[in-house]
Amino acid sequence: MTATTEELVHAPTAPAEGHHTSTGLSNAKLGMWAFLGSDCLLFGGLISTFLIMRSKPIIPGHGVKVSSLYDIPFTSVSSFVLLMSSMTMVLALSAIQRGDHRRARTWILTTALLGLVFVSGQVYEFTVFNSEGFGFTTNLQSSAFYVLTGFHGVHVTVGILMLLSLYVMSLRGHLPTERSETVEIVGLYWHFVDVVWILIFTVVYLIF
Amino acid sequence: MTATAHEETVHGAGHKHPTDRDYMVIALILAVITAGEVALYYIDIGGAMIPTLLVMMVLKFGIVAAYFMHLKFDSLVFRRMFIAGLVLAVAVYMAVLAAFQYFGDDTTSIKQNGDGVQVTGTE
Repeated sequence: MTATTEELVHAPTAPAEGHHTSTGLSNAKLGMWAFLGSDCLLFGGLISTFLIMRSKPIIPGHGVKVSSLYDIPFTSVSSFVLLMSSMTMVLALSAIQRGDHRRARTWILTTALLGLVFVSGQVYEFTVFNSEGFGFTTNLQSSAFYVLTGFHGVHVTVGILMLLSLYVMSLRGHLPTERSETVEIVGLYWHFVDVVWILIFTVVYLIF
Repeated sequence: MTATAHEETVHGAGHKHPTDRDYMVIALILAVITAGEVALYYIDIGGAMIPTLLVMMVLKFGIVAAYFMHLKFDSLVFRRMFIAGLVLAVAVYMAVLAAFQYFGDDTTSIKQNGDGVQVTGTE
């Protein structure tokens, strides 16, 4: 049976490899979206906690406010790096959908490297803050800050591991064009990590 | 037009799928907005600063979700699932912030009295 134009337009997310699902959508992709929707609540909780702790006064002798330690130019560059990694991720997906596996691998590896640069920047920032006397248990604000940004850093690290797995799978020939949805799902996770950082950068670093 | 060629150019509810060049232009727009945000941090525009930064943040969030995450082109089910989580998170935590009096005037201060004991008071 040949697919009509109408069918193609209205069934853009047909499950990969021809599996039938009751929704007509890919279960894996639906699962990732459900996870991302629930992850909004996790980060919402962490951002709210930071905002509440941030508004509390610091007891004398228990460290300084985190805002006095921010290095905005440095964090801006880190944000830019993560933003660009979203572009390389979507280019990787585009390449694999075209069947250009060599270019897809290049973009996947570039995305992982940009993620690594971001995480390295975060480790450097934590080290500087700690050396300035702003440790994890210095005060409630410091704990909230490290938990929020640390959780985000863990998300980025998990994303890097997923990207490296995709790279190895592709090298071994286990990522044919028909399985491009795997790249798309990892890409969704990666972009989510990016949008969460968009929130953190503005709310935690620039505004408050 | 063959079905395969059609599939390459049309996605979702009849929208054209962005090309690599489109993605690069979108990334450039995001970079410009980020540069604008950082510039605003250094330029004092008074009370308009926070609303402007929030608008720019929402704009960046929307662009990444719509184009890079393909929400603009994908099934409505995915869009609703993500927006439901997002709206729920915003509603729940706005309530939490309100419960902790985050939006009120916080004039509580911590001082040390003559004996070096910390006391909490409202100015």
